Amino acid sequence: MSRFIIRRLLLSIPVLLGVVTLVFVLARVIPSDPCRAALGEKATDAICAAFNTRYGLDRPIVVQYVGYIGQILGGDLGTSIRFNRTVAEMLVERLPVTVELTLYALLFATVVGITLGRISAIRRNSPADVGTMIIANLGVSIPVFVLGLMLAYLFAVVLKGSPIALPPSGRLSPGVDVVPLAEAWGLQGLGGPPRLILDFVSNINTFNAVLTLNGPLLVDTLRHMVLPAIALGTIPMAIIARMTRSSLLDVLGLDYIRTARAKGVSERRVVSAHAMRNALLPVVTVIGLSLGGLLSGAVLTETIFNLTGIGKTIVEAITGRDYIVIQGVVIVVAVIYVVVNLVVDVSYAMLDPRIRLG
Amino acid sequence: MTATVGKVPDALADPLAAQKPSSLWRDTLWNILRQRSAVVGLTFLVFLVAVAVFAPVIATYNPNEPMIGVQAGAKVRMPPCIHLLGCPANLPQHLMGLDGNGRDVFSRVVYGARVSLQIGILTVGFAIILGALIGAIAGYFAGKTDNVLMRLMDVVLAFPSLLLAIAIVTVLGQGLINAQLAIGIVAIPVYARVMRASVLSIREQEFVAASRALGESRGGILVRRVVPNALTPLIVQGTLGIAAAIIDVAALSFLGLGAQPPLAEWGSMIGIERNAVFAAPHLIIFPGLAIVVTCLAFNLLGDGVRDALDPRLNR
Repeated sequence: MSRFIIRRLLLSIPVLLGVVTLVFVLARVIPSDPCRAALGEKATDAICAAFNTRYGLDRPIVVQYVGYIGQILGGDLGTSIRFNRTVAEMLVERLPVTVELTLYALLFATVVGITLGRISAIRRNSPADVGTMIIANLGVSIPVFVLGLMLAYLFAVVLKGSPIALPPSGRLSPGVDVVPLAEAWGLQGLGGPPRLILDFVSNINTFNAVLTLNGPLLVDTLRHMVLPAIALGTIPMAIIARMTRSSLLDVLGLDYIRTARAKGVSERRVVSAHAMRNALLPVVTVIGLSLGGLLSGAVLTETIFNLTGIGKTIVEAITGRDYIVIQGVVIVVAVIYVVVNLVVDVSYAMLDPRIRLG
Repeated sequence: MTATVGKVPDALADPLAAQKPSSLWRDTLWNILRQRSAVVGLTFLVFLVAVAVFAPVIATYNPNEPMIGVQAGAKVRMPPCIHLLGCPANLPQHLMGLDGNGRDVFSRVVYGARVSLQIGILTVGFAIILGALIGAIAGYFAGKTDNVLMRLMDVVLAFPSLLLAIAIVTVLGQGLINAQLAIGIVAIPVYARVMRASVLSIREQEFVAASRALGESRGGILVRRVVPNALTPLIVQGTLGIAAAIIDVAALSFLGLGAQPPLAEWGSMIGIERNAVFAAPHLIIFPGLAIVVTCLAFNLLGDGVRDALDPRLNR
């Protein structure tokens, strides 16, 4: 097992190096002058020369590249040209929004997807099956931005005043307090990476609410997360439902299931304890693969629901030509993606010995 | 497979002589048409193609012409007004209402079919051609070439697709063609992997060895023997990829990076009016429905094609 993990880890290194290089190249060929994008069109040549010297933009591109790789390896993602804040600070503030959104979307996709797929497989060719598969087909055909806007309209306008009305934008209602964990636990003196991690966790409102036993914050966070999570989670939900159905149907036709039935095991137990365990293997892969789609969809979901996560940050950075932010954030996202795929591969190998031995 | 071994009674005529040889393509088409989802998808698609082709006849107005000041009673973001359904006769009839510039939404949705069908097919076509080329070269020549090409593909796959597409559009500049290029580039690795996998299995087969023994050149074997036999999974993947391409390009247009006004493209129609969703939901619903129907058609067709061409998945 450890050999498998080490081999997969080593294989990720060239991919990550490629990612960093591609981002560097893309950020440099954006047709724009970072100085005038940051300081305005009226900046004089002398000011821009000073600006370029300060950010090292006047050095040869190869020197910039080597310096940049060294910086990344040292954990320094640079400082935003426009906001004059470090990319790390921005990430600690904004990545939690995206993480929270993605986790809720994944939760929705997995729970609803597996449930629908299971119903569909057990009652194959029944109206329930047909209905579920229609939902699944519609689910993969509806763009995130259409579904998001429709949900916002439905829950904020049509259902306005009803108990199930939901807020269509933002993360929290005005007046709901968030106490940073560092403050709640009297750890203001903490610095360095532990503080970054603490702040990161603190900025995931759900965790913050649970850890500080803040009921109103939890309720408000959940209310704000329902619509974005459904909008973002519907495509993976549909894919998971279809995958669960076909995989469960495959497994239910196998001999060991017939044996279990012949032993007199109840049908419910046959499905839950015997069939699902094996049927969920390919579903695990699909869940892992859907993460890329979720991160892509987060760009749109955050734009629609006005959530300041990294999706929105990247779009803003690109339109503002803030290439240090683009570089830093895109690299972090790509690294997260590569690591998650690694974890999925490894967990898959743990679940299915044929993979690591094959 | 059940093979019956035995002698054909002499009294029977040679069955091969009586039967016309059936062509591979006709068989394939027949198989596809036996899939319910493919038929439904194809029906939708024929309808959409008809809408696209006959757009000038179907559309009630010029899609880019504002009605304000031209038609009495026309108002910006006017909701749908259909006289048969009780809309007052003194208001002009607009099946899907007017948009923020006072243009007829129905006509824009109809003309949008042209744009979206073309987007789906061109984008996937571009990705398939490049992807197949890369995959075929990697699979057939193996070794270092394979390693370099496929690691490159891994790097592209290491990005969430829309994010990379946004970055590419930023480099190339906004616009529909560049958005299609970006989505196409991002999709290349998928097709390259599919092609490589087929090529790897086909090049070991006996008929390829036979060609090699007959002295055919490596390039010749690749083009004439391997590639035609590796096309099936590529077609399946491509049909399924069209819907995704349409959605992704629409997403770029929604963000303002793709189709530029005044072009009637569904994604950009929604993007421009997204802040008006609470007051004028029809501006989101109708173009949104158009995208859903188009993608549903391609997805159903793709599922059908996959079930028809890949017997392992038949159930």
